Amino acid sequence: MSKIIYERPVITKLNTGISNKFGTRTEYTPVTDIDGVSVKSIIKEHGSPCFVISEKQLRKNIRSAQRAFKTRYPKVQFAWSYKTNYINAVCNVFHQEGIWAEVVSGFEYQKAIQNGVPGNKILFNGPDKTTEELKTAMENNSVIHLDHFDELFEVSAMAEERKQKTRVAIRVNMDTGVYPMWDRFGFNYENGQAWNCINKVMANEWLDLTGLHCHIGTYMLAVSAYSIAASKLCDLAVNIKSQWNKSIEYLDMGGGFASANSLKGSYLQGADIIPTIDEYAEAITSVILNYGFKQNELPLLILETGRAMIDDAGYLLGSVLATKRLSDGRRATIMDFGVNILFTAFWYNHKISPAQEFSHHTEDMVLYGPLCMNIDVVRESITLPLLSKGDNVVVHRVGAYNMTQWMQFIQMRPRVVMIDEKGEVHIIRERETIQTLEQLESMPKHLSSFEL
Amino acid sequence: MKKNIALSDTGFLFNPSTGDSYSTNPIGLDIIRELKDGSSPKEVLKFILGKYEVEESRIEKDLGDFIDMLKSFQLMDNNG
Repeated sequence: MSKIIYERPVITKLNTGISNKFGTRTEYTPVTDIDGVSVKSIIKEHGSPCFVISEKQLRKNIRSAQRAFKTRYPKVQFAWSYKTNYINAVCNVFHQEGIWAEVVSGFEYQKAIQNGVPGNKILFNGPDKTTEELKTAMENNSVIHLDHFDELFEVSAMAEERKQKTRVAIRVNMDTGVYPMWDRFGFNYENGQAWNCINKVMANEWLDLTGLHCHIGTYMLAVSAYSIAASKLCDLAVNIKSQWNKSIEYLDMGGGFASANSLKGSYLQGADIIPTIDEYAEAITSVILNYGFKQNELPLLILETGRAMIDDAGYLLGSVLATKRLSDGRRATIMDFGVNILFTAFWYNHKISPAQEFSHHTEDMVLYGPLCMNIDVVRESITLPLLSKGDNVVVHRVGAYNMTQWMQFIQMRPRVVMIDEKGEVHIIRERETIQTLEQLESMPKHLSSFEL
Repeated sequence: MKKNIALSDTGFLFNPSTGDSYSTNPIGLDIIRELKDGSSPKEVLKFILGKYEVEESRIEKDLGDFIDMLKSFQLMDNNG
């Protein structure tokens, strides 16, 4: 007689009257493949943990976002926010879809140039641009988004010295009714600082005020905030037209659209509360269209949304290292990925699915990462099937920020692969090795040997 | 295992002394039945090895954990 397939024994105390009205959410359904490629085969070939990007999903997101805006407004341009995910293969998917580059450092700027983005299609944002980097941006005719007066004065002096008309945009911060108000970047609208900066730029013969830019926050759940922001940028644009007779080329509404991840502390699942891309588009475009611009003077609308474009195109595959029991009786499961590579676990309750079939029996557990550090918690509480050592899981919606904010701490960073639209798997970033790191170190001669 | 614990075929347990109820999976049910019949943990281990496709080191760890949970839920007699 053949033996029965083993499953770990489990006993759970039944409690009544403490669940919320939605009950608890359990991820029983296994995710055994991504875009038709088996999760087990990816892990076998590329190791565990491993990040996976779905090119198909990425292109689908880009196209639906472009459609949402382009069907509502005649002049739309998206720019890929490099900091969200600047692996070159990822950036090039965006560029192939006609998307410009939005960068916030000299390093990102170099990446965009090396990827082949024309200089005049790179928006150079952020508070940190060195003199050398500004010079390069000017030579390439990129638009420099001014963040502070020190930068304005430096760019003015450089433009005058070079006798080069330099394209600049002004980043504007403002009260959109959302807390916290992001006022650390750019010039404030309400206290007149932005208007003051506009006047200084307009009065300078070597500066060409190309655009107005704002970025009101991140993971924004209220589309009304975008209507307020659009209205304030339009107000500035209209005043520039009436006082300086200058039509602004573009309004850049930045990014900050939410993805379907669930924020920690949120009562409802992210997917149930986030606005659709169409709602963001409607909130922004209806304000601009109704503001009174002449048809031939409507500004180009630029969007720099990152998270909402790529989050659900990224997966993290991982494995169970061990299971144990904590002092209070809770089950703990130790995974081979932690906050070192899943940085967003600090603010999201990521959806995690088993990658193989289980029975319907489940357990509440805490999911830990592999680091010998107390902060390494992937989920404080999650209900999953009876995972055992060696079982695999799929973490969903990890495409944004993890592959840029990840840390080489205790462990090396793993491989990143992309599944193309035909289902072929390509390595787009190799796993790190000890050599990757040690090539940067050097040993003073007097420390090169010791006896123990 | 306490003799007065009621056990259903679907893995539902009821402790009449405290009013608490519990749910277990099929293998848990097998283990509890064996313990209730007076088997020692070693005998239960042997029984499970004969019935399920599992390595001894793994069931030893999982069985130990399961019995600890039975104890913490006060479903075991003091003498085990």
